[in-house]
Amino acid sequence: MMTHDLSALELSRAICAGKLSVLEAVSAAIRLARQNEHNAFLSVAEESSVRRAKKVQEQINAGEIHSPLAGVPIALKDNISAAGTKTTCASKMLGGYTPVYNATVVDKLERAGMIVIGKLNMDEFAMGGSGETSAFGTVLNPWDKSRVAGGSSAGSAAAAASGEVPLALGSDTGGSIRQPCSFCGATGIKPTYGAVSRYGLIAYASSLDQIGPIAMNINDSAALLSVISGPDGKDSTCIIDKAFDFPGGEENQSPGVKIGLPRNYFGDGIDEDVKIAVLAAAKEFEAAGAVVEEFDMPLTDYMIPAYYIIACAEASSNLSRYDGLKYGYRKDGANTLVDVYRHSRSEGFGIEVKRRIMLGSFVLSSGYYDAYYKKALQTRALIKDAYSKLFERFDMILSPVAPTTAYKIGENIDDPVKMYMGDIFTVSVNLAGLPAVSLPCGFDKEGLPVGFQLIGDFFAEEKLIRAAQVYQNLTDHHTKRPGGRC
Amino acid sequence: MKWEIVMGLEVHAELSTKSKIFCGCKAAFGGEPNTYVCPVCCGMPGTLPMLNRAVIEYAIRTGLMLNCEIARTCKFDRKNYFYPDLPKAYQVSQLYAPICSGGFVEIEVNGQKKRIRIREIHMEEDAGKLIHDSPGGKTRIDFNRAGVGLLEIVSEPDFRSKDEVLAYLARLSETLLYLGVSDCKMQEGSLRADVNISVRPFGEALGVRTEMKNINSLKAIGRAIEYESARQIEILENGGQITQETRRWDDEEGKSCGMRKKENAWDYRYFPEPDLLPIFIDDKWLERARLTLPEPAHRKRERYICEYGLSEHEAFVLTGHKNISDLFENVLEHGGEPLESAHLIMGEIMRLMNDSGTLPEDLSVDGRKLAILVDLVLRSKISRGAYKEAVLAVYANDAEPETYVAQQGLLMMSDGHIISEAVDMVLADYSDAVMDYRAGKIKVFGFLMGQVMKKLGRAGNPDLAQSALKKALDAEVGEG
Repeated sequence: MMTHDLSALELSRAICAGKLSVLEAVSAAIRLARQNEHNAFLSVAEESSVRRAKKVQEQINAGEIHSPLAGVPIALKDNISAAGTKTTCASKMLGGYTPVYNATVVDKLERAGMIVIGKLNMDEFAMGGSGETSAFGTVLNPWDKSRVAGGSSAGSAAAAASGEVPLALGSDTGGSIRQPCSFCGATGIKPTYGAVSRYGLIAYASSLDQIGPIAMNINDSAALLSVISGPDGKDSTCIIDKAFDFPGGEENQSPGVKIGLPRNYFGDGIDEDVKIAVLAAAKEFEAAGAVVEEFDMPLTDYMIPAYYIIACAEASSNLSRYDGLKYGYRKDGANTLVDVYRHSRSEGFGIEVKRRIMLGSFVLSSGYYDAYYKKALQTRALIKDAYSKLFERFDMILSPVAPTTAYKIGENIDDPVKMYMGDIFTVSVNLAGLPAVSLPCGFDKEGLPVGFQLIGDFFAEEKLIRAAQVYQNLTDHHTKRPGGRC
Repeated sequence: MKWEIVMGLEVHAELSTKSKIFCGCKAAFGGEPNTYVCPVCCGMPGTLPMLNRAVIEYAIRTGLMLNCEIARTCKFDRKNYFYPDLPKAYQVSQLYAPICSGGFVEIEVNGQKKRIRIREIHMEEDAGKLIHDSPGGKTRIDFNRAGVGLLEIVSEPDFRSKDEVLAYLARLSETLLYLGVSDCKMQEGSLRADVNISVRPFGEALGVRTEMKNINSLKAIGRAIEYESARQIEILENGGQITQETRRWDDEEGKSCGMRKKENAWDYRYFPEPDLLPIFIDDKWLERARLTLPEPAHRKRERYICEYGLSEHEAFVLTGHKNISDLFENVLEHGGEPLESAHLIMGEIMRLMNDSGTLPEDLSVDGRKLAILVDLVLRSKISRGAYKEAVLAVYANDAEPETYVAQQGLLMMSDGHIISEAVDMVLADYSDAVMDYRAGKIKVFGFLMGQVMKKLGRAGNPDLAQSALKKALDAEVGEG
């Protein structure tokens, strides 16, 4: 049986029905991870995976695990801590760092009988939108290896879209799950801020970061979100009451929902092919019985600046702990304390990380706080208000994920502003703390995937997932595989 | 020219909560380096803080005792700076919305009462400690203290003399101790004070201030203030100017030296801590806190004077430290007579503490046992000498008083029969002395008395023995 032709839920069903062993599923994933065709994997935990596969098999045989994802291999973005496994954030700074504890989501995966087979490449410290800022090489797009996979969860999207692993976890701070899903043709969810514990997620911007699932379809993503969501005594910002429990979604019901379409997202600056594919998705919803209504998204000029000010400010503080003293990269031969700091940080961090640390330090420094950081917080409050008004009118908002499809490796890397503008459609969701799903909706002329997102109100994941299920039941974009496989 | 010294204080009190402010690690002094640590207080990547509600509770209680306004919404902020003892390279503290503001402490110096205003009290986490004395001249880091909860109590610049500062610190630590929120041990660093100091000609505008850090005892504070004010006055009198700076006090050298000037001052880049939610304090919570407030020391003093008839001096000494007044009240609870108990603590107990170099914060004596001894001596069951001995046994070895007194034979022998037997034996053994006495050489009475007490042993009741001997000597004369 070709395990990578099965969805994660199908794989688990096959395992539980005895048609396939956990070890077979895990070994298949490990083999592909070892081949590492897209540089998606930074490490493969072969020994521990095999050990766990046997244990999980026993638990399944003994009827001790009742999870729809039991026995399924999964890989983690390399900013999610797993005890005893190198967790590098794709940075030279943490090149040799091994956490002593598990992230809460890792504990939850293990309780669900899932097997973490490896860690996935990403933009360094999740800063970047192309996977190119990794200190360990760029992730290649499975549809065209000369192109980027998007970012920052580049490896997560590439591995899931290419079928190297049925499920992956990513993190989304300003679009880092949705945009690579869009570039690679995968299906991902950025949960409501506070739905999934951040404990063990190495912070980029604490008030924006959320861990979320990446898979080949919405049912697999939703099942994984159920596993990882829920309150946590180790994260006080994880305010959800109880874990999500989504219905199966096999039924082909009409969404019957009111969908807002931001007219001004489809003007200048968006690729024609992206526009066509996303508007076609809106038509599909209309045909399925949804009411689609256009509106003008307010505050669009302020989204990118507000996001970069807040994210960089928090990052400058979060990344201060990498000082060369306790763990991580330390420059040998530095003679004074200041030299240890200066040389370790100068050499340990890549250019994009340093750019954001400097930007963040600047906007927080005395004399500039009010002009930048405080203004950004005020803007953030306005964006939140704007969304809450929109959700009085609409059940959800349908928008492109990114203005373009996957671009050539190296094409934008020297133009940070152009790079940042690529986040225009995604960052406001994080600023407002809202949930969004990213779904494939077709291909451009070059055969590269296009994605769209459905944005919902706080904790409206179920509504979004139901709409996504309806869409994927009606379309087959998500079933297309790179290399012509279907 | 006559100079006026103007000072403000920033006092850091380490909270005596069981666990640290953001994790479950033990918050205790001592312990092998890095044994009270976990990924959270070590600032490992990916960890998050969980607020210990006891810290809020302690802060509210302190604020109420110091007459502060308690904020209904309070938030944490990050204070960013690099230092090896600060594992996250930021300290979680409060800048924009501290928990308490606008209180005061009443002090008395030379009979003059004065109010020192409190600007604010905020909560924060302590840093770790650098250990510089390891072999090879290396510096090591101990994170046991990292993440222990602190209250920073910031006064207005209301101090005009060293004595006011010392009186304030005494009153403040007294309050914190009575609340049980901090053990206030300056030598262990659980109470630390930074002094902001400037001088000005009387009546003129405030001068440029310096901030003195690293002051580790009350004595050092007095010395540091004297040194720094004299230094500033000398500079000004010679036509110089004071530089705004942070200075480090070196108590061994008896002088301070500049650490960093204002223009090099760290920019802490404060911003709201995104990992913690705001805390909302409602009326109910405040009311509950108010109900659990202890009796303040000055009210205790009044009560001791009125209820127990103690002198003002006695009441003052007994409330000088919470552990002392706790012991006193504990003895009373177990039936100790107030005056005798007060004298026991102020006399024998404090002498023993002094001899053994025990500080009030380390005092641990069982009040019930002292109450038993107070009762025995008042009922003349033991002599004053035996009392003293038994108190020492209780103090030093936690001896059980009744057993100890019995085993050591300290219960006074008051049996008339045994005493008269002893007297008779002495009269028979020393007939020469008896004759001398009866011949008028009454000096030998002392010798005979000594022999009687020797026969009776340490427990002999000297009063009864004396009267029995006298009666026997005089009686036989009468008969003869």
